[in-house]
Amino acid sequence: MPIRDLANPTRFLAFSGRLLPWLWAASAVGLAVGLYLGLYVAPADFKQGDMVRIMFIHVPFAWLSMACYGVMAIAALGTLVWRHPLADVLQKSAAPIGAAFTFLALVTGSLWGKPTWGTYWVWDARLTSVLILFIIYLGLIALWQAVEDPGKAARAAAILTLVGTVNLPIIKFSVDWWNTLHQPASVFRLDGPTIDPSMLWPLLIMALAMTILFAALLVMAMRNEILRRRVRAMQIVAAGG
Amino acid sequence: MIAALLAIAGQTARLQLRSGGGALVGLVFFLAVVVIIPFGVGPDLNLLSRIGPAILWIAALLATLLGLDRLFQDDRVDGSLDLLHLSGHPLELIVLAKAAGHWLATGLPLVVAAPFLGLLLAIEPLALGAVTLTLLAGTPALTLVGTVGAALTTALGRGGLLIAVLVLPFAIPVLIFGVSAAASVIVGPAPFLPPFLILVALSLISAVVAAVAGAAALRAGLD
Amino acid sequence: MAGFRLIAEALSGRRGGRTVFEGLAFAAGPGEVLAVTGPNGAGKSTLLRIVAGLLAPASGKVALEPTPEAGIGTAVHYLGHQEALKPSFTIAENLGFWRRLYAGTGDIEDAVEDVGLGGLSHLPVATLSAGQKRRVAIARLLVATRPVWLLDEPATALDAAAEAMLGGLIDRHCAGGGLVMAAIHRPLPVEPTATIALGRVSP
Repeated sequence: MPIRDLANPTRFLAFSGRLLPWLWAASAVGLAVGLYLGLYVAPADFKQGDMVRIMFIHVPFAWLSMACYGVMAIAALGTLVWRHPLADVLQKSAAPIGAAFTFLALVTGSLWGKPTWGTYWVWDARLTSVLILFIIYLGLIALWQAVEDPGKAARAAAILTLVGTVNLPIIKFSVDWWNTLHQPASVFRLDGPTIDPSMLWPLLIMALAMTILFAALLVMAMRNEILRRRVRAMQIVAAGG
Repeated sequence: MIAALLAIAGQTARLQLRSGGGALVGLVFFLAVVVIIPFGVGPDLNLLSRIGPAILWIAALLATLLGLDRLFQDDRVDGSLDLLHLSGHPLELIVLAKAAGHWLATGLPLVVAAPFLGLLLAIEPLALGAVTLTLLAGTPALTLVGTVGAALTTALGRGGLLIAVLVLPFAIPVLIFGVSAAASVIVGPAPFLPPFLILVALSLISAVVAAVAGAAALRAGLD
Repeated sequence: MAGFRLIAEALSGRRGGRTVFEGLAFAAGPGEVLAVTGPNGAGKSTLLRIVAGLLAPASGKVALEPTPEAGIGTAVHYLGHQEALKPSFTIAENLGFWRRLYAGTGDIEDAVEDVGLGGLSHLPVATLSAGQKRRVAIARLLVATRPVWLLDEPATALDAAAEAMLGGLIDRHCAGGGLVMAAIHRPLPVEPTATIALGRVSP
């Protein structure tokens, strides 16, 4: 099926309906395997003990909070350049999911921070820039709610999303640019991961499973949004009849 | 009468929650103000935990006032205000019902969010409870004082920042007693209860003043 | 609702600092239809707002006798230029709000049916056209019983069928002992029992 056909909302509904069960199943299996490896098989950290295991959910949440923003930025281009309605739907549906993942990254991070740093929160570069990412997500959600006309809202949100992308590199490199409490990158490095393979594998499996979960949630949200727009269109038709 | 007032409060609250993102924007604004301040004063957690209650109070004050400008404005523009006048219920009680509905949708979420934002400012658990309690007792006063401003600016056909300029001076007593009650838990030695009771009294007095002054402003604005 | 009279004596109205009419006197009772006519700016809307108690007269007085306990406003339905509807609420929610506020007893579905929007009461008002919103505003007159209807150009945005429907509702209201006072540009679909012509010498 060419990608252009997928961009037709009706085809998207049909195709995504067939895809969704597979996505749910894959993410469930992945999460089960990843959590088993992470919680039972992987060794405890010699400094942090079992506390380190929160990493297996914290890090995927944090990655996805940024990946979701990347998806939204691409969709924003789709809205502004190709003016495609499905890009509008994607943008709108991704924002609350991104906000939820960012919130979970902040919460798990702060629960991890209490025993290791002695405080739930510090104003360090990494944490603060993720918090700002969270506020940007909330702002986008508010923008979507405030504007009645979905087309107009999509263009406004797209512009704001693209402006907000400057925050992404700041988050990614904040731990390298500034000397902060948050540990530096240990997986995605030019000179190879510094993390031990016994922890790396569960982490990668968890990340993959979370990404599939994210995709499933996003597809669900997009289907809802498409149907919501159809309901509204039908209401207008009903009122006219 | 009670049913009618409940209907007004319910409609006001649901309008805030459902359309235009009113309640959500207020909450995000609250969060944004709290996050901005450490950039200004620096990330020293000792300092932040000392001034944390004040930060939460000022953020709540701004979020409350800036969200109020459409309380009566929308009703005036769409003609509902005329029909509210003709309902036969005392305008004073209608004003109170609208303020109550607005507080439920915008003030109460701020109170609920305050403990979580307090964690960002490293406020101690006991102090966190104190701040939340003072906000619960004090934000009704802020909403009520703002209601008078909203009624006045609606009568004048203006909105936005004017309401904040008009109302801020009258919100100062609320701020003083709210912050001092919360701060007494952190730095002591002054007791918590006296300023807290004054705060409760301020909320009750504001209810009376807002009802009378708000109704007078709306009557004066008829044309 | 029988046995009341709406009486105006030596009534003058001002708008924007200018006297738009003065020395107006009229009286009407149950079953009557008062048409208020006149060119733009003659003070038709001002007169209706004064009768409703939303504006104070510059001089003279207007009263409903016997005077209702809570003021003339509680005996009056006012249909102004705006519909007083919340766009994000459904038709039923909007009407239900005013029904509760006015302690009405009319059935919402019946009222929606009467204005020709039967089966649409679950739709948000935002999806309606201007004429349909006007019809919902007219349905509000039906959900709570009040003897005096003050209608400010009620036929605005209505099509011919809706205008005929409005005429039927006015007839029904008058037959039930109500009074209608309407500011109009075009003739109403019902024959007025009296006409108040503003902007020139009243007959």
